[in-house]
Amino acid sequence: MQYEAVIGMEVHVEINTKSKIFCGCSTNFHAPPNTNVCPICLGMPGVMPVLNREMVNKSIAAGLALNCTISRWSKMDRKNYFYPDQSKNYQISQYDLPLCLGGWLEIEVNGGPKRIGITRAHMEEDTARNVHTLGGGRSGVDFNRCGMPLLEIVTEPDIRSADEAYAYLTELKQILQYLDVSDCNMEEGSLRAEANISVRPVGTTSFGTKTEVKNVASFSGVQKAIEFEIKRQIKTLNEGGAVMQETRGWDADRGITFTQRQKESAHDYRYFPEPDLVPIVVDAAWEQGVAESLPELPQARRARFAKDYGLSAYDAQVITASQDYADYFETVARSGADPKQAANWMMGDLQALLVDAKQEIQDGLITPSHLSNMLKLIEDGTISGKIAKDVLADMFASGKQPEAIVREKGLLQISDSAALEGIVRRILADNPKQTAEFRAGKEQVLGFFVGQIMKATQGKANPKLVNDILRRELGA
Amino acid sequence: MTAWHQKTAHEIRDAVAKREVSATEITRSYLERIETVDDKVQAYTQVWRSEALAQAEAVDRKAASGQALGPLAGVPVSLKELLCTREGETTCASKILKGFKSPYDAHVVQNLKAADAVLLGKVNMDEFAMGSSTENSSIQRTCNPWNLNCVPGGSSGGSAASVASDCAALSLGSDTGGSIRQPAALCGCVGLKPTYGRVSRFGLVAFASSLDQIGPFSKDVRDAALALNVISGRDPLDATSANLPVPDYTAALTGDMKGLTVGMPIEYFTEDLNAEMRGLIQNAVEVMKAQGAKVVDISLPHSKYSVAVYYIIATAEASANLARFDGVRYGFRHPGAQTLQEMYHLTKTEGFGTEVKRRIMLGTYVLSSGYYDAYYLKAQKVRTLIKQDFDRAFEQCDVIITPTSPTAAFEFGAKTTNPLEMYLSDVYTISTNLAAIPGISVPCGLTAAGLPAGLQILGRVFEEAAILRAAHAYEQHHGLAMGKPALA
Amino acid sequence: MSTISKKDVDYVAGLAQLHLSDAETNRLVEEMGTILEYIEQLNELDTSGVEPMMHALEVTNIFREDEVTPSLDRDAALAVAPLHDGEYYLVPKILDNGDGGSA
Ligand SMILES: [Mg+2]
Ligand SMILES: [Zn+2]
Repeated sequence: MQYEAVIGMEVHVEINTKSKIFCGCSTNFHAPPNTNVCPICLGMPGVMPVLNREMVNKSIAAGLALNCTISRWSKMDRKNYFYPDQSKNYQISQYDLPLCLGGWLEIEVNGGPKRIGITRAHMEEDTARNVHTLGGGRSGVDFNRCGMPLLEIVTEPDIRSADEAYAYLTELKQILQYLDVSDCNMEEGSLRAEANISVRPVGTTSFGTKTEVKNVASFSGVQKAIEFEIKRQIKTLNEGGAVMQETRGWDADRGITFTQRQKESAHDYRYFPEPDLVPIVVDAAWEQGVAESLPELPQARRARFAKDYGLSAYDAQVITASQDYADYFETVARSGADPKQAANWMMGDLQALLVDAKQEIQDGLITPSHLSNMLKLIEDGTISGKIAKDVLADMFASGKQPEAIVREKGLLQISDSAALEGIVRRILADNPKQTAEFRAGKEQVLGFFVGQIMKATQGKANPKLVNDILRRELGA
Repeated sequence: MTAWHQKTAHEIRDAVAKREVSATEITRSYLERIETVDDKVQAYTQVWRSEALAQAEAVDRKAASGQALGPLAGVPVSLKELLCTREGETTCASKILKGFKSPYDAHVVQNLKAADAVLLGKVNMDEFAMGSSTENSSIQRTCNPWNLNCVPGGSSGGSAASVASDCAALSLGSDTGGSIRQPAALCGCVGLKPTYGRVSRFGLVAFASSLDQIGPFSKDVRDAALALNVISGRDPLDATSANLPVPDYTAALTGDMKGLTVGMPIEYFTEDLNAEMRGLIQNAVEVMKAQGAKVVDISLPHSKYSVAVYYIIATAEASANLARFDGVRYGFRHPGAQTLQEMYHLTKTEGFGTEVKRRIMLGTYVLSSGYYDAYYLKAQKVRTLIKQDFDRAFEQCDVIITPTSPTAAFEFGAKTTNPLEMYLSDVYTISTNLAAIPGISVPCGLTAAGLPAGLQILGRVFEEAAILRAAHAYEQHHGLAMGKPALA
Repeated sequence: MSTISKKDVDYVAGLAQLHLSDAETNRLVEEMGTILEYIEQLNELDTSGVEPMMHALEVTNIFREDEVTPSLDRDAALAVAPLHDGEYYLVPKILDNGDGGSA
């Protein structure tokens, strides 16, 4: 039997406000344990929450970017359950009236667009972090994370493969980063993804029993876990077994999912409206204000880069992966440098240097003007592309402008025909065998001569001119 | 000459301001009084002798240096055990918070300090404010100063008893379903529950968040107004505190009731109301008429459902509010707990008293899967109907009067075996909290058994001035020889 | 609806993380039954079309600005904890079943 996968994603992102969702404690991730805590986020007797306005603003921005309807009227609710990562043993969340409802996000699938439905996005508080490595039969609790602002984004079961799930996460992360609403740093836990996975025979519309895969540390981990889980479920069914409803973890080392918790009875969270907080009313003016402040989103920027700068779909995708990268590119392109060349250098040599040095493009010494000036030197024939590679490395290390480097190191390209003709003639005279071979029709020998000439000029010969002179001298 | 501890807060404040007496002398007088009679009454759970004297001395220094004094300068105040204070402990009269020292002061406590009041200590209550007799305290049994065999009412029984026994000039308590007004009535003092949102709840350990409100106990109505001036107002840390100006409530005390219409709910004055109580209220009506009030019948048709609605909403909210007492961050943890589940189970089982567990169970049940609509949502809808009753009634009148409690103080143990009967002792006070309106209880005489009775006056939301005016006018002219409890 | 069984009481006690003795359970079956029976009177009322009163006051949009305020000194916070190691609050070993941090 042919099966298809049915996948829905639940993503929790920490919104990057300065202070927590209900108190003034800092959201700084790197603070020592239990130092960003106060009576409110510790759930001390008598305390009350007050909602951070910026959390609502940023959540509205995220909702609009995900094409959601922003609720005119929403409220916070209490979700009741006991766990030591909670300070009140209820989580303040949103139940039946979330802030954002019914949107979609578009991903690329096999070269075409596909919309993944967004069921809802709601605001809630994060839980504390439990530490299991203290020994002594005890666990530790660090409440720094407790009360960090979270947006939970839930999709429709529209995803059909691990690759689509990966594309969804990548696109979502890009959007949220463009909006500056979240760092989406999986390592630091500011983005956490869970996948609900089931399979069903192709052509049917009902849902199979789903498993929930949690606690995966990277997007590629999520992708691999889903891939594994789909195969496992299909194999189970093909062998006449049944998929059990359960939570499964991902063992990255062994590349398998494993049973973490079997679903006992459904959770009974006893939601009810949070009486300590008042309803949130987002009128049209508020929504419009946020809408007007939204930056150009990745999809739109990709399309514009392809159209305005002639980038290929692939290049546009890579160049817009981060906002800083795209801004850098756009600055270079607008300065009059060749956009395609700019993209090539950014994705090639410059990227390699950055990766090596573990630097972000905006932090390096090569500013957009450095790259733009270098591209212009290539274009007007001042330096060759080969020399430019050295110039780039020098700029990366020293931060000097390319003209200065070319001047100091004497890297000017030799575009003087008379000078080059002399060199060409000498090389031909020194290599009679190869000259004869070429004249006998062995075209490849041309490359040998070019190499020799470049060697003789320390790479400074203008390649186009070298080619022209060679052919003329060889009578080709 | 009357001893200082017998005087009212405004008398004390004026005397301190005029430097006729020092705050230290006042405080000593109260501390002595506590030493003399609190053995019998058992209102205080903690007396902050040295801290109180230090505060009083600070007030005296301020007075000596000619600085302006706060509106409660030198006034000794007691605080219900559920108001968070940096001084002493904040236990809510529960074993689960035994020894708990709050790292912060409740908003109202900050207000009291800023007003130069002197904090004498903490007073007893029903555990987590759940009860109507203060018998549910894990700490001690507080007696009614008028008859030591009777309860002081609850849940703020310690507050009422401390004021009635002259062991505090003012006290702050909390009222979720009558917990200020009912003990005030049973102990013969004034008790005011402000409009929901009038006073910040920050630092009040929550019982039922949509109903709780802090209010004062006092010896007379003027003092209640004075205290309300100090504790009212918007607090940025309480999202439900009202952003409205705070009038000077003492300015409302005109001494008459001209132009005020008083409504009497026909549902409350039926055969069910005992004759003695009815007689006392009838006397009050005559006094009010004589002061220029017009009296009309009104109807609150849904009031009979208020106890049922209350025991759904209050317990549901409480079940969540009390979940935080788990032995992790503060308070009691059972020493025998080896596993996580044992930590929860043993801690709560040992830490909570019977009534608290009963209400947590009821509240958890009404919110549990499949019952939300039938109980919680239904209760919220009936709450709307109850509020609408009041809205309609207040189109015909300015204030409403009722008995505060169906009976005077009862003996210890009289209602402890039947929770529902205990719940019904709040029948006249509960709907006020559901409708979020303000209410005050003022003494309206003694029963044949020599126990105080209370008259309850209710007003429109944020019209505390109207009920204070009516209560004050009644108090000025009722001509009752209430006397003082014959302690000592 | 008005009757509540021992099984119901056990289930609710589980949700509330309360451990009840048999005697307590039996008493609660009876007491909760009585109270719920009393509460039944609400069913006399037709509340269709009535809006629930979710909040005591009709106020909306009360927020705090996104400003960092001083946190509690860690020693002060931990001072009132039943068990800590100077850095962390300590609880009996959490056997992580994937349910943690469920947010
Ligand atoms: Mg969540
Ligand atoms: Zn905090």
